[in-house]
Amino acid sequence: MNGLLQVSSSPHARGKVTTGNIMGMVLLALTPAACMGIWNFGIRALLIIAITMVSSVLTEYLYEKAMHRTITISDGSAMVTGLLIAMNLPVNVPLWMPVIGAVFAILVVKQLFGGLGQNIMNPALAARCFLLISFPAHMTDFSVSERAASHIVDTVSGATPLAAMKAGEQVNLLSMFLGNTRGTIGETSALALLIGGIFLVCVHVIDLRIPATYIVTELLFALIFGGHGFDLAYLGGHLLGGGLMLGAWFMATDYVTRPITKKGQYLYAVILGLLTGVFRIMGKSAEGVSYAIIFTNLLVPLIERVTVPTAFGKGGKKKA
Amino acid sequence: MFKKDISTFRGGVHPYEGKELTKDKAIVPVMPRKILYFSLSQHIGAPAKPIVEKGAHVLVGQKIAEAGGFVSAPVYSSVSGVVKGIEKKVAAGGSKVDCIVVENDGTFESVGFSERPDWQKLSKKEIISIIQDAGVVGMGGAGFPTHVKLSPKDPESIDHILVNGSECEPYLTSDYRRMLEEPEKVLGGLRIMLSLFDKAKGVICIEDNKKDCIRKFRQLIMPGDRIEVLELKTKYPQGAERMLIYAATGRQINSSMLPADAGCIVDNIDTVVAVYKAVRLGEPLMHRIVTVTGDAVADPKNFYTPIGMLMSELLEEAGGLKGDAAKIIAGGPMMGNALYTLDVPVMKTTSALTCLTHDEVSAMEPSACINCGRCASVCPGRVIPAKLSVFSEHGDEESFLKYNGMECCECGCCSFICPARRPLTQSIKSMRKVLLAKKKKGA
Repeated sequence: MNGLLQVSSSPHARGKVTTGNIMGMVLLALTPAACMGIWNFGIRALLIIAITMVSSVLTEYLYEKAMHRTITISDGSAMVTGLLIAMNLPVNVPLWMPVIGAVFAILVVKQLFGGLGQNIMNPALAARCFLLISFPAHMTDFSVSERAASHIVDTVSGATPLAAMKAGEQVNLLSMFLGNTRGTIGETSALALLIGGIFLVCVHVIDLRIPATYIVTELLFALIFGGHGFDLAYLGGHLLGGGLMLGAWFMATDYVTRPITKKGQYLYAVILGLLTGVFRIMGKSAEGVSYAIIFTNLLVPLIERVTVPTAFGKGGKKKA
Repeated sequence: MFKKDISTFRGGVHPYEGKELTKDKAIVPVMPRKILYFSLSQHIGAPAKPIVEKGAHVLVGQKIAEAGGFVSAPVYSSVSGVVKGIEKKVAAGGSKVDCIVVENDGTFESVGFSERPDWQKLSKKEIISIIQDAGVVGMGGAGFPTHVKLSPKDPESIDHILVNGSECEPYLTSDYRRMLEEPEKVLGGLRIMLSLFDKAKGVICIEDNKKDCIRKFRQLIMPGDRIEVLELKTKYPQGAERMLIYAATGRQINSSMLPADAGCIVDNIDTVVAVYKAVRLGEPLMHRIVTVTGDAVADPKNFYTPIGMLMSELLEEAGGLKGDAAKIIAGGPMMGNALYTLDVPVMKTTSALTCLTHDEVSAMEPSACINCGRCASVCPGRVIPAKLSVFSEHGDEESFLKYNGMECCECGCCSFICPARRPLTQSIKSMRKVLLAKKKKGA
């Protein structure tokens, strides 16, 4: 024997999945929706995506460099955050806004709380809400280019389908499913998001627990309190419109800000569904997904506390 | 939720098995070399007390150390020769233990063993005392003295004797070869154990990657036997005691309970064979099967090994190393102990020597936990390793206990699956150690 031997505590074997793999899968899963956004809204959408991704990674790099921390940009999480921010922006925002969003998400929401795994709310959604409050006019400007306008199935008022529905207009469910409607870059195509979501389920990055519970709860809420009764067009609008698909498959399932316990995940998703319903139906704005998710993110520590799982052999009769 | 069609448990992982290296290698005996080291702590409980003087001449099968209490076991010499004294040796666990050093004279003069073809006439008490006196301990790794297991408070409540042939640990094939080559000895040992518990049935539990063993046992079971073979799903840690009991009976026990609380006695394949040898053949425990394996070994093999041989000698028997070994493990990669030296004697609990050219642990630095929950979903103890390891790092004993940290069986699934490569099992283990010591002190 020549070399020295490695000594460490068991186990000595490791699985294949790494954090980098997982983030790569998420990026891949977001690709159909991103492509749909670019096709729908034009090349400017690609520009916005590039800006958010680059500024997210750069912010993370510069912060870690300045703080003499290990550089963690290779884990891919900043890229995922960047892409998600872009998905949540309207295509016509001024180009400095994606930069501000990315810096806010990475610097304030993620790094100042301790970096990857420590943020208390989803960075991309926090950035969206921050921008929405700070620049409401830009963030609700869903105008599109002339080229894009030619294939977008529009509502009478030129608003997003959900807002149009709230105003009492009819919406085209097929276009909402396919994605040629107005909205933020990544939220319009339920089909593309669904493909990505199901892909993530198939590769075991997420499971159906949160998305399914969330969506079903929201629809039940809309059914009972929406005031339209069992109206498929109305419920379809709730299902396909706004950020529900993007939120349910990609934001609510964010590992860091969802409960780790199984029971907790059900509870979390039910709260999400209820809050989204409340915000959409009783709130002033037509949208409710972003606020519902970042608010429920804050409840996660509480949810985890009340859903500590029963250990193997600890069920049934109590033993001292 | 789902009706299980094949017996198993919830959670677990599928590490690379590596069994193909030695699966088809028949057990070969190795000759002991010049010097043998018999550890006095080859079992859980009080160390054995030496009963031979320096310079004394001992024979094969002679007791050289007696049990240090009820939960303890005697030690026998596997060679004949001269006692050279007592020396401290590094054990597989890394700590130094007292060993009786015997110089082999090469004659293998034996004390002589008397067979007991009519063991059925013995009383239950006599059988247990024979097993106790033969130094039989759990050879799956824990080394719990077998006679203690066979003496539960209420023998009437025992309705299952589970023979653990799952061998879920990657790379190991010692139990597999034993089952394939000497199934009648396994059945013989099980019959002896069943004679101690009138209401019990014997269940030989085997993972479904060892179908040939399952077939073999099914052929050999005789009509009058209270014995059946149970096919288990191949999944790590299927052979963990609590998981095995659950798979076989659907009963759950927690860390503060014993298998007997669920009406079960669980023993490993080699242990059952040791019982057979002790009772039927009159031989004390002097040998065990050790798998020498891994991609760094020139000629991986299963050895019928005299206890007391050095790991380095065993490795030489397997042709030594080919290329550089990065990590050498006493046992398998999931629960074995990494060795920094091969100057370690084989003990009753040594199941394997695994030499790997690549160390997956040091290959990647741990990174931040992303709260993905994979550790919790694979945990057979149904705890949340990610949280427990944080409590451990913070020294937060109260939260550790509240989140059922003591229910961890240290199987290693969480560390295996962690995408951030965090040493979860390690940090949970260290907190458990502290808390167990405290409990012991308080009790």
